[in-house]
Amino acid sequence: MKLPIRLAAAVLMFGLSSSLWAQSLAYVSNERDHTISVIDMATLEVVDTFPVGQRPRGILLSPDESLLYVCASDDDAVQVVDLATRRVIDTLPSGEDPEQFALHPNGRHLYIANEDDALVTVLDVETKRVLAQIEVGIEPEGMGVSHDGRWAVNTSETSNMLHWINTETFEIEKNIVIGSRPRHVEFTRDDALLWASAEIGGTVHIIDVESLEEIHTIDFRIPGVNQDRVQPVGIQLTSDGRYAFVALGPANHIAVVDAQTFEVLDYLLVGARVWQVALSPDEKTLLTTNGVSGDVSVIDVDKLEVIKTIDVGRFPWGVKITSGSRS
Amino acid sequence: MKESPLSRCLAGGVFLATCLLAPLTQADTLEVRFGYLQWQPDRGPALARLTPEPEDAGLQGAQLAINDNLSTGRFLGQHYQLESAILGSEDALLEALAAMLDADIELIVLNVPATTLRKASEIGGERALLFNAGARDVSLRLDECSPYLLHTVPSHAMLTDALAQWLNVRRWRSVFLISGTTDDDRAWAEAFRRSAQKFALNVVTDKEWTFEADMRRNASAELPLFTQGPDYDVVVVADERNDFGDFVPFNTWLPRPVVGTQGMSPDAWHPAIEAWGAAQLQNRFAKQAERPMTGTDYAAWAAVRAVGEAVTRTESADMEILRDYLLGDDFELAAFKGRPLSFRDWNGQLRQPVPLAHPNSLVAMAPFDGFLHQHTELDTLGYDRPESRCRLRD
Repeated sequence: MKLPIRLAAAVLMFGLSSSLWAQSLAYVSNERDHTISVIDMATLEVVDTFPVGQRPRGILLSPDESLLYVCASDDDAVQVVDLATRRVIDTLPSGEDPEQFALHPNGRHLYIANEDDALVTVLDVETKRVLAQIEVGIEPEGMGVSHDGRWAVNTSETSNMLHWINTETFEIEKNIVIGSRPRHVEFTRDDALLWASAEIGGTVHIIDVESLEEIHTIDFRIPGVNQDRVQPVGIQLTSDGRYAFVALGPANHIAVVDAQTFEVLDYLLVGARVWQVALSPDEKTLLTTNGVSGDVSVIDVDKLEVIKTIDVGRFPWGVKITSGSRS
Repeated sequence: MKESPLSRCLAGGVFLATCLLAPLTQADTLEVRFGYLQWQPDRGPALARLTPEPEDAGLQGAQLAINDNLSTGRFLGQHYQLESAILGSEDALLEALAAMLDADIELIVLNVPATTLRKASEIGGERALLFNAGARDVSLRLDECSPYLLHTVPSHAMLTDALAQWLNVRRWRSVFLISGTTDDDRAWAEAFRRSAQKFALNVVTDKEWTFEADMRRNASAELPLFTQGPDYDVVVVADERNDFGDFVPFNTWLPRPVVGTQGMSPDAWHPAIEAWGAAQLQNRFAKQAERPMTGTDYAAWAAVRAVGEAVTRTESADMEILRDYLLGDDFELAAFKGRPLSFRDWNGQLRQPVPLAHPNSLVAMAPFDGFLHQHTELDTLGYDRPESRCRLRD
């Protein structure tokens, strides 16, 4: 089945390498297939699927988009994939059961949530040295680093907290209790606010970064969907400060939120158990990973419409999109 | 047992300053003290002996939740302690309970049969909030209504409703019911008959297993004959102490699946659950207890974690404040079953999804789509507010 596609991709790579690098590509980690699906953002088709370590979940692009970092949770490792060859070229010592991570803007310090060990590991990706291990609450999950590099924020799912880690001292400076089972954090482009989702609480919490106080809680109500199915996970914010997109898990919808007034504008129906979301670098397209239905929904950001569904592997988890303009 | 800070600083022979500082830091810390008491009567000899309930089932769950609470409390200045005992008789248990009450322990998890629980709840009165992690009896939730008793273990009715919903979903509606002769077996079977009516199943044959032959020798000879009768889709077994039930699968007259207390069973928890973040809970538990987590462990874990959650949110260790919060609308517990758990404010039962599993795999998680409820689908499992006489929250 996959052979012709791979062959085609190989032909493309060797024959038309210059045009390949102009492409914007999306990478999707398939948790139960131990693979990454590659989607061409121009045609919205899967153009390749390549193997990585066991149970890949969180994925990240290096700043120059030449490398993909993959949390291979069941291998207790962060793997480094060379995107030119789509091969695992290195393995970083991540600590046990890495789930999500975030790269400091310096491109070197990788903050990894070790879910089983209640730790955040800070790793220098160049020297592969562990710089610090920070004790956090139970089941650390989400990781985010502010654009100015000052804060790293970790969510602990069972302790229901946001841990604010000073990136110079690697020490926790503040703990904020939010709704149950916090999953994902996202800083606004100007680092003024942090958005944090609480999966079981069914809420998104807005934290003012200056005062480190919560200023707003967003609730979601979808007609015809039982309230306890509304379980927010992934969040993406447009850089112009207009929209926030929130994946609502087994409610199978993406909430479109006005990022200024925090009012929910719309709910878009996507696949089953929607986990994570990614904006294309031009912010015209949003992709969602739908864990249970094993596909990716494509949303047109201008029209706020779902325009396509793309089959990927089993239990797609993370998604990241390259700009295609670099390397 | 952990050392107290005082004994540690004396034993270590550290400077006096450290010893003086310890009480100071403790003063800002919120101390939350739990008790855990267990007594389960001997269930008599059983034919199937491969998988007995672990002796510390329940206690390990409570201990894990204490550790979970401690990890959270570390960041909030909250500290949790557990005093526990596994007793050999009801009298010993009630004595231990009285001692805990005298020591002002106000949050106590009990893993005991219903008869003992009733006595404990009388002794406790309004002095302590008790959590039932061991008794599934329906009457405790239906008309006895002890105001300071919450139930984290699902009732028989919740378990059999979960099973009956699933049988309805599968359209396996004709049931051959086999029940053992202990009080527990009869209570389970009675709950199932009610569930069958609630979810439109038809119990075509309803028989008691009264044989005393050694089924390891005779099962294949006895059970095919025993299960002859009008056609049925499924065999439902009520054998709580695991006496004969494990010999029913593959020995039925008709080639039919076996569910109930054996085969595929509803319980509060199962080691095969790994979605909804449960893999992490299972790993933490296995590391601590060196065995898989049982339904009783889960019930005790949920009790202690529920209080931990209430302490985090209310920033209080006052038993009355915690009780009000637990029974209130704002309480919700993330407990690895895919939906938030909360307490039914009329009878103090923890509403929760019920997994249906066979020994090595999870089959489904009740409630199922299509069984509607005006408040929460979780209340399609067990007795709903109008059916219960209890009104704990006035």
